[in-house]
Amino acid sequence: MEIIYAIWLRNMLRFVRSRSRIIGSVMMPLFLLLFLGFGLNNVVQMPGIAGSYLVFLIPGMVAMSVMFTAVGSGVQILWDKQFGFLKETLVAPVSRLEIMLGQTSGGATTAFLQGICILVPALLIGLNVPNLPGFFVALVFMVLIGVGFTAFGIALASRMNDMTGFQLIMNFVIFPIFGLSGALFPISSLPAWIAPLTLIDPLTYGVEGMRYGLTGVSQIDPFICIAVSGGFCIATVVIGAYLFRKIQ
Amino acid sequence: MTAALHIQNLTRHFKDLVAVDNISFDILQGEIFGLLGPNGAGKTTTLSMLATMLAPTSGSATVNGIDIMKDPDGVRRSIGIVFQDQSLDEELTALENMDFHGRLYRIPAAVRNQRIDELLRLVELQDRKNDLVKTFSGGMRRRLEIARGLIHHPRILFLDEPTLGLYPQTRNHLWNYIATLAKDEGITIILTTHYMEEADRLCNRVAIIDKGKIIAIDTPKNLKDALGGDLVTIKSPDLPGVAAALREPWVIRTETHNDEVIISIRNADQYVSTIVTILNEHKVPITSISISKPTLEDVFLSLTGRTIREQDADSTENMRIHRKMTGH
Repeated sequence: MEIIYAIWLRNMLRFVRSRSRIIGSVMMPLFLLLFLGFGLNNVVQMPGIAGSYLVFLIPGMVAMSVMFTAVGSGVQILWDKQFGFLKETLVAPVSRLEIMLGQTSGGATTAFLQGICILVPALLIGLNVPNLPGFFVALVFMVLIGVGFTAFGIALASRMNDMTGFQLIMNFVIFPIFGLSGALFPISSLPAWIAPLTLIDPLTYGVEGMRYGLTGVSQIDPFICIAVSGGFCIATVVIGAYLFRKIQ
Repeated sequence: MTAALHIQNLTRHFKDLVAVDNISFDILQGEIFGLLGPNGAGKTTTLSMLATMLAPTSGSATVNGIDIMKDPDGVRRSIGIVFQDQSLDEELTALENMDFHGRLYRIPAAVRNQRIDELLRLVELQDRKNDLVKTFSGGMRRRLEIARGLIHHPRILFLDEPTLGLYPQTRNHLWNYIATLAKDEGITIILTTHYMEEADRLCNRVAIIDKGKIIAIDTPKNLKDALGGDLVTIKSPDLPGVAAALREPWVIRTETHNDEVIISIRNADQYVSTIVTILNEHKVPITSISISKPTLEDVFLSLTGRTIREQDADSTENMRIHRKMTGH
């Protein structure tokens, strides 16, 4: 536990120190929320879904913020490798599993806090959370997205040698995961041939789960959401730990 | 004195490349021991194996009496290591870097804080302990890394090219720290270097390593003495002529290199005029003539026929392979 805590602590220290990075990564989803939300609010009619597009968009933007931060935190180990710091951790008498779990908890916490940074302003611009338990449901989904995608990032980073492949991964893996997740639009409005893709996208269940918690409406049963999100977490942690074991 | 380190037939292959070729030697407790050789000679690979970062292809080694294959965590707990490339988190302060290390080695908070305080004092960084590492100079970073490597009270400290890329003045400063550490704390220090002067100044014993093999191992003094007295370097358009003319009983050894003949003579200063007279008698032209005390560079030249610097130029390819293997 103390090793996991040490690595978590390092992540937290880096997080609080990087004010410009925090602001930078909060502004993107926040701007999207404001521009798309207010800009399309009166244009978009969502079939079968009551409420404004702005409110619909909020869970998606929080999920986006959590996911991108989480993947970035997982891939942090690649930067640590490049800047040599990873060696310091790898040569210590600690197991790879402890290092991996430490980075996962640190990354997930960072991602969660970034999500909060979107959620709080969102409450100010018109989000009416139906009830307090719903709010906590949303927080649980933020944690699940954070853990799952940090571990996913670690798994990716364990298979990469340097940062050159990262841009490619961003464009061909991370962005489609975000785009297909229903963060921006109701998944039911997609053409039938894309629908299966959204249903194999793990983020879909995170977004829908959060949407259930924050707005009381979702297109996927919240229990299915929590089962799939939880399963995704377990799977990525196991795969991430397995791949990280072999990192040099 | 007991052995701090015992290496037997240690070998490491990287595909076709034999990076470390069947080396065996002991390092005594409290020694400052140098692994000296050109880039790509196998120094870092050897160190990585001893630090259990890399598994040997064959052979064995014990570190502080602990087998590197059977109990890698035991070895890791008993050693400190400073890597060739920086391994600090620049976004953290000096203190936070130290604290992280202490936690990784499971040192209780009270002991940890006390040791960190002592060590930062030792490397004279206590005034800067709350500053981010990214504001530190190269020398300060190295000192911090050495201090960090000592938090868990290792009995052996590995230093991989500790002064690479530092200014000469900083280098001198660091040598003093390292020498003090060995003397005052009784820590065995094993360093790799391709700086001859560093090995000469700092090390009690030196192993010269070339192409993965140990080609000599002794005190710097004995290694230099083995060359036989002073070195007289004669440059001339007619090198065979020089060598042939100087077949005198007081010439201990004669070596011909690219553009010079090096002869070993005791008390060389007394023979300069004689040498000039002899060469004139044989009508051998002299471009220049100089006398020097032998250095480890001369030892390396004598053993391999190359200077370390020449070897460095040749070894770009080796280095590339090496870097690829170790993932730098």
